Amino acid sequence: MELIDQHTKNIMEGCKERARDAGLQFEKESLEYIVTNRDLIELTPKVMIPTLYDYWVHDVEVLKEKGRYELYPGNPYETVINTRPAISYYNDNNPDWLNVMIFYHVLAHIDFFQNNLFFRHTWEYDFTGQALSDKRMIARLRADKGRWVDYVIEFSRGMDNLVGYYYEMSRFHGPNANTRKNLLDYYFDVFLQDIKKVKITDYIKEVEAYNDCIRQYGDPGEQTFFSEIGKKYPELEALYKKSRTEKAKDRLDVMQFVLEYSDFLNKEENLWMKSVVQVIRNTSIFFQPQIRTKILNEGWASYWHEKLFLQDDRIKGHEVDFARVHSGVTSLSRVGLNPYAIGMRLFYMVEEMADKGKFSFDFERIKDADQRKHYDAQTGRGIQAIFDVRENFSDYMFIANFVNQDFVDRHKLFVVGKHLDTKRKVWQYYVKSRKAKAYRQMLLDTLYHPPYITVDQQRTKNGELYLKHKFEGKPLVKDYIANTMMGIEFLWGHPVKLETSEVVATGPARPAQTMIPGYSPAKEEAKPPPQIKWKRVVYKMEKRKLSKKTLS
Amino acid sequence: MNDKLLSLYKKLQKRGLTEDQDRKIRAEIEFEGTHDLPADEPQGTVRSPAEVLYGFNDLQLLQAMNKPRGGYINSIRSIDELMERDKWREEDGFPPKIRVGRLIKPGKGGKDKVVVVPSTVEEKFLHDNSFKDEAQGEGESSGGTGDGEQGEVIGEQPVREEGQAGAGGAGQGEEGPHEMESNAYDLGKILTEKFELPNLKDKGKKRALTRYTYDLTDKHRGFGQILDKKATLRKIVETNISLGRVPDQTAVDPAELLIAPSDRIYRVLSREKDYESQAMVFFVRDYSGSMSGKPSELVVAQHVLIYSWLLYQYDKQVETRFVVHDTEAKEVKDFYTYYNSKVAGGTQVASAYRLVNEIVTTESLEQDYNLYVFHGTDGDDWDTGGKESVPELKKMLNWANRIGITIAERTYGSNTRSEVEKYIRNSGLLEDRPELLRMDVLPEDSDEPRLIKGIKKLIS
Repeated sequence: MELIDQHTKNIMEGCKERARDAGLQFEKESLEYIVTNRDLIELTPKVMIPTLYDYWVHDVEVLKEKGRYELYPGNPYETVINTRPAISYYNDNNPDWLNVMIFYHVLAHIDFFQNNLFFRHTWEYDFTGQALSDKRMIARLRADKGRWVDYVIEFSRGMDNLVGYYYEMSRFHGPNANTRKNLLDYYFDVFLQDIKKVKITDYIKEVEAYNDCIRQYGDPGEQTFFSEIGKKYPELEALYKKSRTEKAKDRLDVMQFVLEYSDFLNKEENLWMKSVVQVIRNTSIFFQPQIRTKILNEGWASYWHEKLFLQDDRIKGHEVDFARVHSGVTSLSRVGLNPYAIGMRLFYMVEEMADKGKFSFDFERIKDADQRKHYDAQTGRGIQAIFDVRENFSDYMFIANFVNQDFVDRHKLFVVGKHLDTKRKVWQYYVKSRKAKAYRQMLLDTLYHPPYITVDQQRTKNGELYLKHKFEGKPLVKDYIANTMMGIEFLWGHPVKLETSEVVATGPARPAQTMIPGYSPAKEEAKPPPQIKWKRVVYKMEKRKLSKKTLS
Repeated sequence: MNDKLLSLYKKLQKRGLTEDQDRKIRAEIEFEGTHDLPADEPQGTVRSPAEVLYGFNDLQLLQAMNKPRGGYINSIRSIDELMERDKWREEDGFPPKIRVGRLIKPGKGGKDKVVVVPSTVEEKFLHDNSFKDEAQGEGESSGGTGDGEQGEVIGEQPVREEGQAGAGGAGQGEEGPHEMESNAYDLGKILTEKFELPNLKDKGKKRALTRYTYDLTDKHRGFGQILDKKATLRKIVETNISLGRVPDQTAVDPAELLIAPSDRIYRVLSREKDYESQAMVFFVRDYSGSMSGKPSELVVAQHVLIYSWLLYQYDKQVETRFVVHDTEAKEVKDFYTYYNSKVAGGTQVASAYRLVNEIVTTESLEQDYNLYVFHGTDGDDWDTGGKESVPELKKMLNWANRIGITIAERTYGSNTRSEVEKYIRNSGLLEDRPELLRMDVLPEDSDEPRLIKGIKKLIS
């Protein structure tokens, strides 16, 4: 990997100036590297982070068909990575005009990384630097512990999609410490009502007593009140403290919980494993926002590379070349979901609507379709609106808020259904729906969504770890359960249970007959698809043996 | 519909058929299809929808950079390392993680390529999106754009023709350009640790081209590894006679003999070409209509594994012959045709056995070759009770070193044992000639490890 030459770097700097003038915000420094096929072989398994830790699976062809992207939340072939300074990768024979376009695209990505709040936790440090020190640590451990380091990596990666990313984010965006439930709230809301279960009249008396204190002593009144209370309920203080730590415990994700409470990991001789698990968790947390902002990020970058390129005075004469590449990137395909195309069009629509003041109560009140169509308050707030979206939205919010019937109609979008024609042995693609609601739902269903699995702390006892999968209409991939649980059992040091939902098998799916695709038996009426029945089951992994029990 | 098949069917009907048999046969007769080879360019261009949203990326779209291709060298190195790793895993009490995919890509004219993708999967808790699609014949939805009324069909894509034995390239996977291509050796190399051809006998040896043994057969004067005393003494006597130091040949006094340095004869290690037994393997595959889908896939996959392993282990010393059969059997010229021929027609196992017997007798292969037969079928046979097949099978047992029959069973359909399985079990041959005849019944959902286990059973 080598840096781009001075000539190209100059072009980049020119792009930066123009992008800044247009309102994009990004740090001054950036690094651009030329990559070859050989570099990419090494980079892609490491999610383009050159300093990521080594792991043998990275050298192997990984079967992806089953979990597909769900297994790999990073964008493995991204041009630009979210580091400080941001690093981007280039083909060595791009013509200048193409580089201009790509540079704008890249700068918009950098702007997105550095301003979108879902990336908040990545702002304060350089991930490549962190990764390098982690990599060295793992290499050092490997020299000492051999293949056991790889087992720990493997088993940690087995649960690295269950990290509590949103809890992590709430540290930045949640209500701050002052507004958190304090002793006063705890006393009145929890202690009196839930623990002491006092009568309403007594409760009101307490409120009165408190108000009296405040009236009498002013600000220090609260202290006076609680010193009185402390005499009456000496246990209050302790209970309050306990409730606070339990709250924190509640919020631990599976990895954190294992790190914190595993007997096995906390043995003196196994403490080194904790640092490995921690590295895997941190890496995963770092990549979480990436996949949750794919449409937004690519749409944003496409919007800006189009806009800025066309304004750029340096590339006169390459408009046609640009048009060809650009439309290749952002055209809506007949069948398929192109995040660049959809994202960019959504941004244009948001800008237009905001320009006309359509995000307003006045507009919402209008019921008449024609009036809605021609509504224009000329607010000119379009640019501001898309910058707000860029700062505050994720893919889910973007789609849920802005994919409406106007959008679907304007771009002639539809949901494609896929139907198996058993006679001719082809999949038929057909127009399933042109309703915005259906299209929106289809998009939302396509978005990355890992299963929500947490530790059930009430049932985690006698050393057994009890995991609970929140049912969201889908079962877990069965083939993977055993090995994943085996990994967790290893790190936990005791048996592990997993509560999840499964489809109740309703006898043989089809009547007994010789099955020959293409040959359909004479009389079989098309039955409506059978209703799927669900049941809760508990898997138990003990001593690397898996067993299953149905919950009644 | 095929007249020949119909007349055969009527004949069988006269003999009497159970309802179950009758239905199976009718199904095969009505099944329309030919034994064509697949067209060279299969597959439509529609991407699978789930890949789509996150499949797009900057490098590809903006810079037209393709996914990187791993080099051949890399893959070789990693296979060794990976096998080693799996060994350690076993030792440490963890299940193996490397999957040796099914990986041959038969080329025309015997230029077979194995696509060795040592692959693995990272297991995590994941949502299974496919659980209801399959049952309802309705795939996942995707997005589209353009004109078209609701309900209008806008495009078609052939279902991956899994049944058509490798059409579309078994083991090709989705990652077309990502493959690491090498020849069949790599796969064989992996399998070879586990297998060896059974019952190899010395028959019509021929000289091996590549294998050598080292033996102390060459003689050398002056120096070497081992002194050949007898030869040395003879040389000494010879020398002394010519020097005239042995006047009386009846009473030689050894103390008087002179010894020249060059009289010492030594044995030295030398490379000797080795002789090897010759072997010929018959691959026999049922490509009747009922084989459509999973059974063909399994049978072919297993034969690919055996074939690759033979290529490696016996270094092309093993000759292979390929026979396919429906109601009639024919020999095909190469593995490509064998592998790719589509299924159609009825089933008469006996026809294939008869053909193999014929080949062996007319070419008198028995004298010179160790003969092996691997037969793959779904177990259907119009020949109820094996009236024709069993005698042919017995004939085969007279010359074969091992016959391995793989039955890829349909899980649905009749719950009883398949026809072939029944009559082979009833014939008692499995018990009488356990050294020569093996049978393995594969369930329909067998995976790679199960196939390998099956091979073990067939050739152990």
